[in-house]
Amino acid sequence: MEAQLKNLVILGAGTAGTMMLNKLHNALDLSEWKLTIVDNEKSHYYQPGFLFIPFGVYTESDVVKPKEKFFPEGIKMINSGIWKVIPEYNKVHLESGITLDYDILIIATGSRIAPEETEGLTGKLWKKDIFDFYTLDGALALAEKFSKWDGGKLVINITEMPIKCPVAPLEFAFLADAFFEERGIREKVHIQYVTPLAEAFTKHKCSEVLGHFLEDKGIELVSEFNTGRIDNDEKKLISWDEREIEFDLLVTVPTNKGADYIETSGLGDELNFVPTDKHTLQSVASKNIFVIGDAANIPASKAGSVAHFESEILTENILNFINARPLAARFDGHANCFIESGRGKAFLIDFNYDVEPMPGNFPMAHVGPFSLLKETRMNHLGKLMFRWAYWNVLLKGKELPIGPHMSLKGKILDDIYKSDDFITDEQQITKLSGGI
Amino acid sequence: MSAAVAEKVILGKTLAIDADGNLANLTDWDEEIANELAKEEGIDSLSEKHWQVINYMRKVYTDTGDAPSIRKLTKESGVDTKELYALFPKGPAKKAARIAGLPKPKGCI
Repeated sequence: MEAQLKNLVILGAGTAGTMMLNKLHNALDLSEWKLTIVDNEKSHYYQPGFLFIPFGVYTESDVVKPKEKFFPEGIKMINSGIWKVIPEYNKVHLESGITLDYDILIIATGSRIAPEETEGLTGKLWKKDIFDFYTLDGALALAEKFSKWDGGKLVINITEMPIKCPVAPLEFAFLADAFFEERGIREKVHIQYVTPLAEAFTKHKCSEVLGHFLEDKGIELVSEFNTGRIDNDEKKLISWDEREIEFDLLVTVPTNKGADYIETSGLGDELNFVPTDKHTLQSVASKNIFVIGDAANIPASKAGSVAHFESEILTENILNFINARPLAARFDGHANCFIESGRGKAFLIDFNYDVEPMPGNFPMAHVGPFSLLKETRMNHLGKLMFRWAYWNVLLKGKELPIGPHMSLKGKILDDIYKSDDFITDEQQITKLSGGI
Repeated sequence: MSAAVAEKVILGKTLAIDADGNLANLTDWDEEIANELAKEEGIDSLSEKHWQVINYMRKVYTDTGDAPSIRKLTKESGVDTKELYALFPKGPAKKAARIAGLPKPKGCI
């Protein structure tokens, strides 16, 4: 029987891969299709939670669960690294020695930090005075360091773009400000936010608001700084154009790269991200290879919300592909991100390929309960509640009350973004009822 | 090609400009315009090395529809990272794309 089944193989059982597995398990005819998922890890990490670990808000047990808990019945999970995909022969060679044949392949192996790409980053100060918070180990080591640190120069540095969750370093800066104030040593901590971007964030509308917040919180913004190397003896970051920044404690967001097998397979760009059609999510290399989440090179944020919205589009397009129909479902670049701003408050932003973040209410026009581009307590509660939704709804491929396409409903289509100029909800409603 | 949102006059020609301040039409560009755009970026005269990078960028854009990232430049243009920053201070990929009459590279989102 099994020999007659067609094979759909998913590489990577993280957020994107697990969602696709569940959605396809529901959508495909399982008397025709066999589903296989491959990952070298047995644990699923709730990556948005890593941000809170250094500040003692979450511990390891809040962010780790067994992957198999989120898999549907009757699928095949293979615990192995991936060596090479050979698109011409529709085969995947695994590090365990197994070879898998596929009719359809979904690449969902995400991105990883690559600190080894920067000279001196993994030198003698690594995990002593230089930490990352994009891995569980890094976040735990930083929590330990922070619990004993008595102040000095704290530098938060983005090495180069693109990175996973581009808002996370900003959130880290805001949370650090609140954390050290709570510990009573804020005046002993000089915080610098050092970024290769020209301003605080990738989206200009958002930078205007968030940049203002950095200033209010006494966090110094150093822009257009492209980190070339780290001097471990002098404890300095040195840019490619020889600017220098001293640190006592460096929190780095290293270069992000796609998985190594992407390079071995000749499927990636210079950072091992897979060239992908930004609307259909089909790979450029091969018609029966699709890409979801951080692994793709599309110009959308590398974020779980993007993977979630993509999963609905990709499920439709896989069905279209199987039935020899045009890939009619189109991803619009929709991203939706909570931004923790410290002291129990948060922002929420919602945007896509074409529309910048705008103020307004979300997800329901006039009602909310969340406020876009505005710092509120409700947004913070939303972020905390999201962890429950992630484990219980999202990963299992169930629907959230937010469609994949970005909606303009509830948004103020105007140029008012500075927090001083914000209008009240009532005014927003009046304005909205005026015809937008 | 990117959407024009404004116009600007360079060397007596009225040129369409996109939201990032880059030329909106590839065909508006020539070497004289490039020299003017370079001056706006604080580069007084374009050397042979500058042109090596600019020509490489235009070739990649024509082939792929996107201006190359700094990493791709380092790997393939024949000019190393350190020198790229010396030629186009602060943001080589972004600045070189602008001088080459191309839209901003999509890399950073």
